[in-house]
Amino acid sequence: MRINCPYCGNRDVAEFSSMGEEPAKRPDPQQADAQTAFVDYVYLRNNPAGPNKELWYHGQGCRQWLRVNRNTLSHKILGVSLAAGGDQNGK
Amino acid sequence: MANNSTLTPKPAQSTVASQPNRLAKGGQIERSLPLSFEFDGQQLGAFSGDSLASALLANDIKLVARSFKYHRPRGIFSAGSEEPNALMTLGKGKYREPNCKATSVELYEGMAARTQNAWPSIGFDVGALASAFSPFLPAGFYYKTFMWPSAFWERIYEPIIRQAAGLGSASTLPDPDQYDVQHEFCDLLIVGSGPAGLAAAIEAGRAGLRIMLCDEDFAMGGRLSSEKLHIGDQNCAEWANSCLAELASMPNVRICASTAIVGRYDGCTYLGVQKLSGGPLSKAQQTYAEKLWIIVPAQVIMSTGATERSLVFGGNDRPGIMLASAVRTYINRFAVAPGKRAAIFTCCDDGWRTINDLKAAGVEVVAVIDSRETVKNEVLALGANSSAKVMLGATVIGTKGWKGLRQISVSDQQGDVSKFEVDLLAVSGGWNPNIALATHLGGKPIWCEEISSFKMASDDRVENVQIVGAAAGQYSLGAALNGGLKAASLVTGIKAKFVLPKTDDECFGITPLWVLPKSVGKNSKGQKSRGKAFVDLQNDVTNTDIDLAWREGFKNPEHIKRYTTMGMGTDQGRTGTVNGLAQIAEANNEPMGLTGNITGRPPYVPVRLGTIAGLHRGKYFRPTRRTSAHEAATELDAHFVETGEWLRPQWYTKAGETNWLQSVTREAEAVRKSVGVCDVSTLGKIDVQGSDAAEFLNRVYINNMAGVAVNKVRYGVMLREDGFVMDDGTAARFGQNHFVISTTTANAGKIMQHLYYCHQVLWPELDVQMISVTEQWAQYAIAGPNSAKAMKLLVGDYLDLSDEAFGFMACAEFSLDGIPARAFRVSFSGERAYEIAVPAQYGQSIFNQLLSLGKEWDITPYGTDALAVLRIEKGHVSGPELVGQTTAKDLGFGGMMSKKKDFIGRVLAGRAALIEPDRPSLVGVRPVLKDDRFSSGAQFLPVGSSPVADNCLGYISSVAYSPHVGSWIGLGLIAGGSERIGEKVRAYDPVRNKDTLVEIVSPVFIDPKGARLRA
Repeated sequence: MRINCPYCGNRDVAEFSSMGEEPAKRPDPQQADAQTAFVDYVYLRNNPAGPNKELWYHGQGCRQWLRVNRNTLSHKILGVSLAAGGDQNGK
Repeated sequence: MANNSTLTPKPAQSTVASQPNRLAKGGQIERSLPLSFEFDGQQLGAFSGDSLASALLANDIKLVARSFKYHRPRGIFSAGSEEPNALMTLGKGKYREPNCKATSVELYEGMAARTQNAWPSIGFDVGALASAFSPFLPAGFYYKTFMWPSAFWERIYEPIIRQAAGLGSASTLPDPDQYDVQHEFCDLLIVGSGPAGLAAAIEAGRAGLRIMLCDEDFAMGGRLSSEKLHIGDQNCAEWANSCLAELASMPNVRICASTAIVGRYDGCTYLGVQKLSGGPLSKAQQTYAEKLWIIVPAQVIMSTGATERSLVFGGNDRPGIMLASAVRTYINRFAVAPGKRAAIFTCCDDGWRTINDLKAAGVEVVAVIDSRETVKNEVLALGANSSAKVMLGATVIGTKGWKGLRQISVSDQQGDVSKFEVDLLAVSGGWNPNIALATHLGGKPIWCEEISSFKMASDDRVENVQIVGAAAGQYSLGAALNGGLKAASLVTGIKAKFVLPKTDDECFGITPLWVLPKSVGKNSKGQKSRGKAFVDLQNDVTNTDIDLAWREGFKNPEHIKRYTTMGMGTDQGRTGTVNGLAQIAEANNEPMGLTGNITGRPPYVPVRLGTIAGLHRGKYFRPTRRTSAHEAATELDAHFVETGEWLRPQWYTKAGETNWLQSVTREAEAVRKSVGVCDVSTLGKIDVQGSDAAEFLNRVYINNMAGVAVNKVRYGVMLREDGFVMDDGTAARFGQNHFVISTTTANAGKIMQHLYYCHQVLWPELDVQMISVTEQWAQYAIAGPNSAKAMKLLVGDYLDLSDEAFGFMACAEFSLDGIPARAFRVSFSGERAYEIAVPAQYGQSIFNQLLSLGKEWDITPYGTDALAVLRIEKGHVSGPELVGQTTAKDLGFGGMMSKKKDFIGRVLAGRAALIEPDRPSLVGVRPVLKDDRFSSGAQFLPVGSSPVADNCLGYISSVAYSPHVGSWIGLGLIAGGSERIGEKVRAYDPVRNKDTLVEIVSPVFIDPKGARLRA
């Protein structure tokens, strides 16, 4: 598998590590049911069969965290962007 | 090299005379380059260009193997990697390699080949008695018979079965071969160099595309060198050679023979395995035995050809029964007559083409047996010039000849049986497109009635792959060439320029004969097929095995495959599986397309593990990282330990010391009594800067980092979001917006990744930047009561070290005689201590200077073991306690957790189970009897309780011999923690067969008030 890193170009998957599906936004620690919200945030994933929004880390490249939209049925990569936002020039 | 004598080529002594079946002329062999080789100890001759199989056939050797289960005599069946029978062991000693297919191995000078799976010899094999018991060895026999007692399986049943059934055995010595790895990023990968592949390569090559053309065979050309067909006025083999010569002259074309494309992976990635050398001779000249190609092409043309199918009839496995296509290959490519009197058994037009090739080779063809009742005239014409008896609607129903075929029995259309004395039977059951590679990503083949086989859907252009030639069912020469040209022009985007000359157009009509019916012949005679009819020759699976599996409820091909082992051999069942599938389809009373095919998975041919490992072997498995002072430590007789990728001094052996404990104890005592120096460069160092740096660190550490004053250091703990401790270290603040934090050696990479995650994913709005500077700075700890004096000699001229200016937990950036340097007053040992950091290139000289400046106080370099002794005495946690299952509270850091801010892990660290008072928490432990010794991993049990998991209170995590206490001491985690101080418990250690009475004590064994830190 290959991932088209916005900084480094199309690179072999061996350069990346996957964190799997990106969880929803980190809950507000002050909210009333914070503990329940955090349990969901840390442990629960949708695990869809099909397009899945995942987080990958390009540790052997630019050390950027990437949002990778990957179809879990075909391993096709539908889109890659920097987790920190910005376009292909990192701006 | 064991076989140096082979470096001198042997003279061309009567090599031909020793090859009775070699034809006088023809073939793609190099008659001017004779080779000698050894087969089961017998010296034989052959020519360069021979495969091991063709060399054996040239020498009239037909019995080459014993079958997997019944030990039946077997001969060479095919001429390629689909070979089910002729598996041999090549090489000797450390070079011994089992299960090589004689049909795909290129012969080299001095090759030593041995038969396998036969005892005492290939000619007389005791294992063949298994045949007599075959009624008792049906499909699933082992599953059914060796069920009870289950404990017998691993120790008794399996070893015996493996000994009897089986293949060759690998050398147990370390692999002497080296393997290379190369990446290729080409415009076009062409897999297979037959007519379709060559035509595509010529067309795309002339258009200037960067091409990689691979073939698993050691000679390029595919079946062009095996057939006597014409392209224009050229023989097809000549045409192939002229194409290859043109391609070789193109700088944009890489031609790789002996290169099997073994797997197809996501993202248009292919794996190729290239054999670079055959045997010790070329090993003397070449560094690598094989090369692993990782190929990422923009476009792919799969011109992988087709494999001929076998026919399933009684006694279809005798030596001398061979695929018709293989017979033509041995005659036309290798100039070898594989027999003297031959018959042909076919169910398709293609088999008939063998008649004239046999005749040209001087082999008498006595009968052509076609199971079809009518055959086109142009096909019949292929036998017109032959004296062979043509029998239509007939089938072979039995064979004779134990070590080699002697006779076949043929039932004609009416059921009348005639017998023919033959030593060669060419069988042709039609062709299967080689689509395994195309299916590796999950593509499902479809059934194609026209060719009676599976192929890929013709409109499948997923991932830029085109399947052409015989692999797409384009069987005739003209169709294959055209297919290749068409595909190439789709890749280049321009109309094909290559003008194809007129070619021979062969017939490929077929009416498949899958498995001989129970009774053949039309009249009441109803002849039965006699003897075992093998569907899978390699795994000895017969048609009755498949019947039985079906009757026992296995209706799906994937289940039948696993129950009978059909198609599970190293040949992946390429010559027989479709016959088996047809048998299943018939039993299920459904069309072939519905029954489906079994799944082909990579690798397409067996691959050595060494090839996959490539260069990452032994100490090259991963990089070795050395600190700047590595050489200095080596000169001091350091014993190194691997810490992650780093090599760290574990202890330094001084003259007269005979075991590690002496050295470690001396080093630890030196720190307590005077001064020691330790290389701490391997600890992770991360430089964090930005106007939000303090805020950022506040969110990742449990304690308040924003409150650290400039030029101060604070110890900190990080949690994972699930509330467990991830790592610990220090944060040194060098400016309002500048921190340098440290991590443990093992977690440095993980923490860097975590911090980037926190910044880039969670809080990209924070103005903070960070980078690892672990390798940029060398850092040394100077610890002990005399550390201030040694430190002063080194840096006193540049930095005020007085307690007022540089008290406990101070840090400073300064210029050390022009070198940028950092100093820290931190302590891991519990003694007054400093750390000094300099750019890595100055590390070794600073380390050496410290040693020479500190001579007055006998400054002692100490390693990680002494470091561990000191930290255990002081009750500091480290790797053995930071195991991902301990909370901050468990380790005594509960009070550090800030209540005024949020931080990663805070919310979930508050879960009920994680704050339960009974959770095991940190304590110290020492033996009740002073001389007793215990080990980490020992489990705490209440005195008098039985050693069961329910009674376990916790465990010992770290152990050291403490010179300060005068006994072995440890840290551990025990339910109730400090409440148990003073209590005696058992340290139960069944692994080392020890059971020690220990006392729970405070984890701080030395200086609980911290007076020494400031002394």
